[in-house]
Amino acid sequence: MARRVVIVGAGFHGCSAALRLSLQGYEVTVIDKAYAGRHASGVNAGGVRRLGRHPAEIPLAVAAWERWQCMTDIVGDDCGFRPVGQVKVAENDKDMAILADRERQVRDLGFHHEVLIGRDELHRRLPALADHCPGALACDGDGFANPYRTVTAWRREAERQGVRFREGIEITAIESKGNGWRLSGGGEHFDADLLVNCAGAWAGELCKWLGEPVPLTAEAPMLMITERLSPFLGTVVGATSRPLSFKQFENGTVLIGGGVRGDVDSVRHVAETRLDGLAENADTVVSLFPFMKEARIMRTWAGVEAVMKDHIPVIGLSSQHDNVIHAFGFSAHGYQLGPITGEIVADLAMEREPKLPITPFSIQRFQTPCPE
Amino acid sequence: MITHDLVILGTGPAGMAAATTALEHGITPVVIDEQPAAGGQIYRALERTPVLDRRILGEDYWSGESLIKGLKDPQIDYRPASTVWQLTRQREIGLLHDDKAEMICARHIILATGAMERPMPIAGWTLPGVMTAGSGQILLKSAGAVPQAPVVLAGCGPLLLLLATQYLRAGVEIAAILDTTPRDRYRAALKHVPGALRNVSTLLKGVGLLRELRRAGVRHIRGVSALRAEGSGQLERVLWKQQGDDNWQTLETPTLLLHQGVIPNTQITRAVDCHHEWDEQQLAWRPRLDEWLGTDIPGIAVAGDGGGIVGAKAAAMQGQLAGLGAALALGKLTLENSTERAQPIRKALARDTAIRPFLDVLYRPAKQWRLPDDDTLACRCEEVTGGEIRRMADMGCRGPNQTKSFTRCGMGPCQGRMCGITVSELLADANQQSVEETGYYRLRPPFKPITLGQLAKAAEEG
Repeated sequence: MARRVVIVGAGFHGCSAALRLSLQGYEVTVIDKAYAGRHASGVNAGGVRRLGRHPAEIPLAVAAWERWQCMTDIVGDDCGFRPVGQVKVAENDKDMAILADRERQVRDLGFHHEVLIGRDELHRRLPALADHCPGALACDGDGFANPYRTVTAWRREAERQGVRFREGIEITAIESKGNGWRLSGGGEHFDADLLVNCAGAWAGELCKWLGEPVPLTAEAPMLMITERLSPFLGTVVGATSRPLSFKQFENGTVLIGGGVRGDVDSVRHVAETRLDGLAENADTVVSLFPFMKEARIMRTWAGVEAVMKDHIPVIGLSSQHDNVIHAFGFSAHGYQLGPITGEIVADLAMEREPKLPITPFSIQRFQTPCPE
Repeated sequence: MITHDLVILGTGPAGMAAATTALEHGITPVVIDEQPAAGGQIYRALERTPVLDRRILGEDYWSGESLIKGLKDPQIDYRPASTVWQLTRQREIGLLHDDKAEMICARHIILATGAMERPMPIAGWTLPGVMTAGSGQILLKSAGAVPQAPVVLAGCGPLLLLLATQYLRAGVEIAAILDTTPRDRYRAALKHVPGALRNVSTLLKGVGLLRELRRAGVRHIRGVSALRAEGSGQLERVLWKQQGDDNWQTLETPTLLLHQGVIPNTQITRAVDCHHEWDEQQLAWRPRLDEWLGTDIPGIAVAGDGGGIVGAKAAAMQGQLAGLGAALALGKLTLENSTERAQPIRKALARDTAIRPFLDVLYRPAKQWRLPDDDTLACRCEEVTGGEIRRMADMGCRGPNQTKSFTRCGMGPCQGRMCGITVSELLADANQQSVEETGYYRLRPPFKPITLGQLAKAAEEG
């Protein structure tokens, strides 16, 4: 008999887990309190980035990058992935030293995707960049994709494999039932042999109910987008010591983000933009690309996102129950990792050793003093 | 950031009346308006219009003079030519004036942002030479200009007939009025006539307009059931069908003015995420308001057509009510006093708006005028057709926010103002669900584009 799985949260990670589990023959239901991709998964900056990853995440990011190359084979849609490269620019010599250290660190771990480039190469790649920047760390093959289109492609592929999506249902209670779980919400009950927690900013609530609280905060990274400009930017640009992520799409619009935070309205479950942060972000852009001063901003927004205290996700088995798997808390850089989350969850569900190292993401790190 | 007691957005009848009412109760309001001169759309350019023959624009237009005079009281901090690009639920307002961005804060806000024309997405509506009746009227009021004649006016609603008579009086040649009011509407509206008689003067005014047009021999084609604009790079002809007739009829014309009523401009109330309801009678969204016209956000009220279409006179009365509401909220009046003062206004308001059910039924635009064909553009900024929206529904998009990423519909410079209602209705129709369930775009500031440079500067000065 097929095992019944309930996944809470129809974001990218939830959809990814749903697809992989259904391919293994599980009977999967995904429940979301709003709709698939409503929050961070659908409205993030779309960065497909290995560059600058936390060392623990590098193996996962590299594996995910391989999946991004063959996205069409997996879900029948390239999800708008454009491997235009990413660079993190230095604005002074101090930044340059930080980047050189970073390059060495990644190389020592056995990876070679991050490469330091000097002034000439940087300005050849980015002719519109302000003169003062002495160099950058570059990662060719990184790029960007379209978030909402991605979630939808994964969701549709999961549906094709028989996954049921129940949107607009907020889970309000969880109780153990037999060897499994009974979840309640929207006047309905959902029974599961296995529970997968992909609830993003709401995952902490589930953890509390399951008796394993985690230090998770809901944050709201802000983004803004400009009117269409003539093409001037091939690569995705970040800065070294201030928040910035900067990319131009094929239609000419420029997306600006990088981590400046808005407010989270915890009552209405929505994110709100903050003027001071946006203005600071605008100031960064104008100083790096002076001609952008005249560019008009069409929209600003923020998405609710789960951020862990140590800025890396929780991926792994529950510490309290043997039929719960967690995958949440991607701390505003989970989008690129979406394609491999499902594979890891499927491995865990089948009690196989995951192909990727996930020990650093264990929920237990918040429960016992970390040895280092 | 400076905090003001009361900030009013908009200087149409509602905004101006709210300002003078507030002032009467010891509040010195800040009044912000995007236009260089007061009056809103209805009294637009009243002080500087080159159309001096008062008969052309009519007495209703000139009746705005007293409201504008009231706004000029030196105690009112009136700021024309100022764009609001941001408003938060904490009542912080981002302003842009003379290329300078600025933030102010208010204890109480009255949004008097009025109405906008309902889009009429027919084949060829984006051709040069096709305009809305509202923009035709603005041209006339503010510049004394008229589009190339002979003009064809198509659609339904009081404004269409009013503009036709104004053109007639101004000597503009009218080739035809193509009236899209379905024939059965007259019968349906009949039962609302007794109620409408409570506002008999407006009813008679409408009858008068029709009579004036008929007497002048203006060609008035009724029961138009299909309409398209054609031309290569420029409007050349208008084609239409009449109910019960399968043949297309044609008229050569350089100018087509489209209109099918007005709807509340909810751009700002949407952006602060007030609770909105779908009004099935007016076929439009409107914010839910309490008896003092307050929204569900503390300290933010809506007066005039922005809260549901009521017309200019009623909008001014609502402005007075909202002004009293502000005095109440700011502790200038007791509940008892404000209620007492509000009573005669509420009575007059009920009398004036008694005509709405009649107008709403008579001029309720039929489905084919609200739901564009597969080949017709719904979103003009990003050039997205009705067919593409329907395809998105097939792909599983239940609401307008889900179609954005695929089609960019509603993400252009107008921020979905033009296509929002069309897309909600299209998706509702395609998904066989109510418009209420389908929902509307989440709106993202800025309401009007602001440059990165201006934004960066706003931080320094905020």
